[in-house]
Amino acid sequence: MPKRTDLEKILVIGSGPIIIGQACEFDYSGSQALKALKEEGYKTILVNSNPATIMTDPEMATKVYIEPLTVEYLEKIIKKERPDAILPTLGGQTALNLAVELHEKGILEKYNVELIGANVESIKKAESREMFKKLMKEIGIETPKSGIARNLEEARKIAKRIGLPLIIRPAFTLGGTGGAVVEKEDEFSYFAKKALEASPVSEILIEESVVGWKEFELEVMRDKKDNCVVICSIENLDPMGVHTGDSITVAPAQTLTDKEYQELRNLSFKIIRAVGVDTGGSNIQFAVNPENGKIYAIEMNPRVSRSSALASKATGFPIAKIAAKLAVGYTLDEIPNDITKKTPASFEPVIDYVVVKIPRFNFEKFLEADQRLNSSMKSVGEVLSFGRTFKEALQKAIRSLEIGRFGLGGDGMGQTKRVEKLRMANRKSRMVRDFLKEIKEKLKLPNCDRIFNIKYGLQMGLTVEEISKISKIDKWFINQIKEIVEMEERIKKCKVQSVKCKEILKEAKQYGFSDYQIGYLTKRSEKEIRNLRKKLKILPTYKSVDTCSAEFESYTPYFYSTYEEENEISNHSVTQSLSRSVLIIGGGPNRIGQGIEFDYCICHASFALREEGFFSIIVNSNPETVSTDYDTSDRLYFEPLTPEDVLNIIETEKPYGVIVQLGGQTPLNLTKHIKKKARILGTQPEAIDLAEDRIKFSKFLKKINVKNPEWGKARSIEEALRVCKKIGYPVILRPSYVLGGRAMEIAYEDEDVERYLERATEVNPEHPVLIDKFLENAIEVDVDAVCDGESVFIAPLMEHIEEAGIHSGDSACVTPPVSLLEKTIEDIKKITEKIALNLGVIGLINLQFAVKNGKIYVLEVNPRASRTVPFISKAIGVPLAKIATKIMIGKKLKDFNLKYNLKDYCVKEVVLPFIRFSGVDPVLGPEMKSTGEVMGRAKSFHKAYLKAQIAAGNRIPEKGNILISLSDRTKNEAVPIIKLYSKKYKIFATPGTAKFLKRFGIKVRSVEKIGKGDFDVEHVIKNKIVSLIINTPSGKKSYSDGYWIRRWAYENQIPLITTLSACKALIK
Amino acid sequence: MKKDAILILEDGSVFYGFGFGAKKTKVGEVVFNTALTGYEEILTDPSYCGQIVLMCYPHIGNYGINFKDSESYRIWVEGFIVREYSKIYSNWKAKTSLDHFLKKYGVPGIEGIDTRKIVKKIREKGSMKGIISRDEFNIKTLMKKLKETPSIKGRDLVSIVNRSPYSVFRRYRATERQSDRATVAVIDFGVKLNIIRLLEKVGLRVIVLKGNTELKEILRLNPDGILLSNGPGDPEGVTYGIKLARELINYNKEKYLPVLGICLGHQLIGLGSGAKTFKLKFGHHGGNHPVKDLKTGKIEITVQNHNFCVDPETLPSSFEITHINLNDKTLEGMKHKDFPILSFQYHPEGSPGPHDSEYIFQEFKRLIEKDE
Repeated sequence: MPKRTDLEKILVIGSGPIIIGQACEFDYSGSQALKALKEEGYKTILVNSNPATIMTDPEMATKVYIEPLTVEYLEKIIKKERPDAILPTLGGQTALNLAVELHEKGILEKYNVELIGANVESIKKAESREMFKKLMKEIGIETPKSGIARNLEEARKIAKRIGLPLIIRPAFTLGGTGGAVVEKEDEFSYFAKKALEASPVSEILIEESVVGWKEFELEVMRDKKDNCVVICSIENLDPMGVHTGDSITVAPAQTLTDKEYQELRNLSFKIIRAVGVDTGGSNIQFAVNPENGKIYAIEMNPRVSRSSALASKATGFPIAKIAAKLAVGYTLDEIPNDITKKTPASFEPVIDYVVVKIPRFNFEKFLEADQRLNSSMKSVGEVLSFGRTFKEALQKAIRSLEIGRFGLGGDGMGQTKRVEKLRMANRKSRMVRDFLKEIKEKLKLPNCDRIFNIKYGLQMGLTVEEISKISKIDKWFINQIKEIVEMEERIKKCKVQSVKCKEILKEAKQYGFSDYQIGYLTKRSEKEIRNLRKKLKILPTYKSVDTCSAEFESYTPYFYSTYEEENEISNHSVTQSLSRSVLIIGGGPNRIGQGIEFDYCICHASFALREEGFFSIIVNSNPETVSTDYDTSDRLYFEPLTPEDVLNIIETEKPYGVIVQLGGQTPLNLTKHIKKKARILGTQPEAIDLAEDRIKFSKFLKKINVKNPEWGKARSIEEALRVCKKIGYPVILRPSYVLGGRAMEIAYEDEDVERYLERATEVNPEHPVLIDKFLENAIEVDVDAVCDGESVFIAPLMEHIEEAGIHSGDSACVTPPVSLLEKTIEDIKKITEKIALNLGVIGLINLQFAVKNGKIYVLEVNPRASRTVPFISKAIGVPLAKIATKIMIGKKLKDFNLKYNLKDYCVKEVVLPFIRFSGVDPVLGPEMKSTGEVMGRAKSFHKAYLKAQIAAGNRIPEKGNILISLSDRTKNEAVPIIKLYSKKYKIFATPGTAKFLKRFGIKVRSVEKIGKGDFDVEHVIKNKIVSLIINTPSGKKSYSDGYWIRRWAYENQIPLITTLSACKALIK
Repeated sequence: MKKDAILILEDGSVFYGFGFGAKKTKVGEVVFNTALTGYEEILTDPSYCGQIVLMCYPHIGNYGINFKDSESYRIWVEGFIVREYSKIYSNWKAKTSLDHFLKKYGVPGIEGIDTRKIVKKIREKGSMKGIISRDEFNIKTLMKKLKETPSIKGRDLVSIVNRSPYSVFRRYRATERQSDRATVAVIDFGVKLNIIRLLEKVGLRVIVLKGNTELKEILRLNPDGILLSNGPGDPEGVTYGIKLARELINYNKEKYLPVLGICLGHQLIGLGSGAKTFKLKFGHHGGNHPVKDLKTGKIEITVQNHNFCVDPETLPSSFEITHINLNDKTLEGMKHKDFPILSFQYHPEGSPGPHDSEYIFQEFKRLIEKDE
């Protein structure tokens, strides 16, 4: 059946800002879909509030709207554009929920818009747990015993019927927010209440716990002729009980017989048909009892998902692209398989490798958070790795994580050395017993280090069966880890120069051991092992990801490394043409501070290179991204971003040059290892080092006569206190060389400094602590520019809305600036130009300034892509990363004739993940905590700011009651602002603040401190008496009233403002 | 670990790996199977007689052997090639290890070699013979043995799988007449047990007869339908099967007698009708080939295991093509225009593989019931 010709214009809904549970996988799927629809000649309209996405690039759709994802805004766009259809299955839960809302508000009907890819009924059937379970019962598929509760009393009754342990899941939430496993009776009410609050419809599912059962996922596609195929099966190494986003997962399923697998396949088709997903992809999850094979259906997502992105990358089958084509009427057999070209998409991919996904956590930024893993997702990113065996893929995945590990132990990191010591100790000694107890605890309660503890346990003499029993992880996986442990012992005994060594070395590489690990185990350096390996001709062989286990010839250049006989790069059908090739190093797993913004830059680099006739090669390890779509580059390597793995690629490809300045800190960290082996394009490593080295950089600034805040460095507390005394409080403390402001803190007195240093030594023992004068109340400004060595293109300045001291990644900002004098702006531009030219920048540069009392200070210079590149590029319509890339390969700025005319105000606002981390104080500071961003664009600053707030999900009320609680430091300055608020809202305040505000004639109702009366803070927040909260935090006191105000604000979804400058921006 | 197994291919390439299974030397035609699961079914499928099977998926042995999933009473493959043999198995149904199973039937296995390289070699050069050894390492000796072993082309391998006293036909011959069920005579050229299971599942009584049974003997049992089963090797070698197929077509001129052919059975019907068969470059072995039903346009994901194919160009006009393979457009299903004769190149019984085509057994039953 051909495509539909009755459709002309199709609206695609994006997924908004990156949040935990909804990350850039939806940029990947959305971009693919838009490309597919464009290819078919449809006009496309895209709405997404996230400027850091590739999908919001102007060329991706006929019309791109960077607007808040709310029904109100969507209606305006629908009214204006009058699309024929909406495709809501590519923008995650956000887009699906919006589609349902548009339907329920009658907007679809009003404007005669059709939903394609999914219908409202099927969305509801899949999303409402109650309806899903009912449906499953109808078609004879078992689900865990359960009940639905809409209040606490109902919940208690159901819990009594089912019995413990049980699971609570709120309806209609993202990534399982508010879900929990309850094992103890006294915990039940607490979790039930929390879940009820988390669900937008105040509905929770309470069900029989299948914790410890095996968990499988199938990615299924269906076309309108009812042809169904399974794209990929995924087995979760972490059994039921851990959110699949937080689980280590493996494709394909490893421990199912064909009969069992086919049963899951049959059930999946039955489910997708019953739910009524007419076309497109769905993800279906099952729990299987390891004792008897009993199967429960757990849930289904009638849309593309994180797992489908994973399945696409794992198999080479582009689910989102095919889903878009199916939505416009094609059938699977009418769509060719891109990779083989000759065979159709109506087949089931088979693979001849193993794929392992490991989630990336960022707990180090949320130290107070409960780190146990459960049904509420907490990871911020993930890596994917390929190997010919599970062992190889697992070790490669671990070193892809960029957590300072080189594989599964054997690297002297983590507890490795402790294990080595205790293995020699008396088994009955207290030390050993304590350690075993600790390991067993960590095996039992899911956590992000469990995989390492399996290994430690085996090394300490626990058996495969014991570990499986404690952790419920299938013994097949544990035995694989045991084989890694055994190999480690063989490596240790290996005499490096012997002939036998060659065989062991090769086997070790096949087990995924890195040169570093082998070096550690044989007491040699990584480099020695590398040289030995090369001498012995033990070199990586690259194999292609081809959807068909080599049954057919493949044309898509998508590779991973292993250690076997045949290297497929040398005879691949897509060979490098005469053109020069450039390797672009990706950004690795998403984590806070290193996210989609850099992937955006990498993709642009590839686009630019291809435009200029270069052969672009990307290496990356992050399955969520557009950069790891095989379409984005001329050749893709899905590999860990470590010196060893990247050097292997460089030695294989011998590229003309390597681009390191676009992928954030990851490629920069690699630069020193690769600069001798390859030409670094653009700004030279020496210049990057200069900007990172405080002493050299200060000298440099002095030479060109530019000011920076006073600073010093210290390796001891005494030294630190001396420096602080010299430069005067407040100061900013930080370890050197980290991205995203990790472990940064502001100190106001000696005590703060002492406390910080006690901890900081653990953060990074080799580097001293840097101490900078903190310019309180300064205005901070970000600048992005492109330099070709002769001239500099400076994008409009971005003024931070949050005050100095808040990490630039967490601060809202506005462009053009609203409170800087024209002269200041010109001066900043002059300084930017001076620094860029003198530093020898070729490509991008980002600078941060502070303006205080008319003086301009340089805070930071980063001669590389910054987090704001996509935002500013979209604000002015100039693709900075693309231009920077072209400059790196020899073009000049004058070739582009760059101009912009910024008539609007563009505001960037961030989204924060505090709701996921119970126990964490939701307060901003020098340590970056946001996961994503949105953009608001309007004619006035105020309107743009409000729009950005809406887009970020902060529903600022028009009127009503607000609660104010100010720190002493901010009280004076707050008065004029609060006066403005008092004209619009009724003011409630904590006793001290109330008393203070009253003195200035502001009408305030005093609210008691927690527990000090009936009308206390808890009461007004939890009963939603107030609909906006302003709380400026005072210092690091934990569990104060302020802490609870902020925590409850988040948990009750009341907008919270924690800085005065944000307060100011919000009110006219 | 010491490399203690060797694989040599007809083109002279040599692979050293680690052995598992029996310490023996075996020759066979090397074929690769792309299925991710189902090694127990594959090993016990009589159609693989004379072949060495290479599994494309690298981890094999993970869920052990449970015997319930076996497609016959023994292993038929000559040798087994995998990337990594799983040292332990983990599945609640498992009764023993793959290693033990292979040892029991004297089948050698080799692991730890670049299996993908071999797959590509076969894809490019076409199928070839190979020799696996765990007890002889002299390349010349092995190569000699390899050369001496005849290729499967033109050979009757059916007589080998039918020769055994334990052949399925023994188990099912004695099936007592079950009430009023219609009876299907399954002509066993190396039948997979799941064909019999599915015939019984749709409510048919099954009697199993040896492949070389004469038509008149079959008719004496008064069956309501005939199933020509799957089986190993070159259909042209199975002359008695071709004869039987021809006779069944002719018999239908006189009397209504539905016939279903599967895989080898399908090829025999093709040859019996006067069409020709040819050998594919490297065959189809896996569980993911898309087959299109030309009448409905529906796609089935099918299980494939064949090296020979009916040439559609030579098909007499009395037959029409009903199914084609979407990957290479080869003939996958046909039916007689006037008589109740259906045949399929692929395996509607799956095992291992998708169940998409099980409806064929229902269809066959409908054809049988039409007569009554």
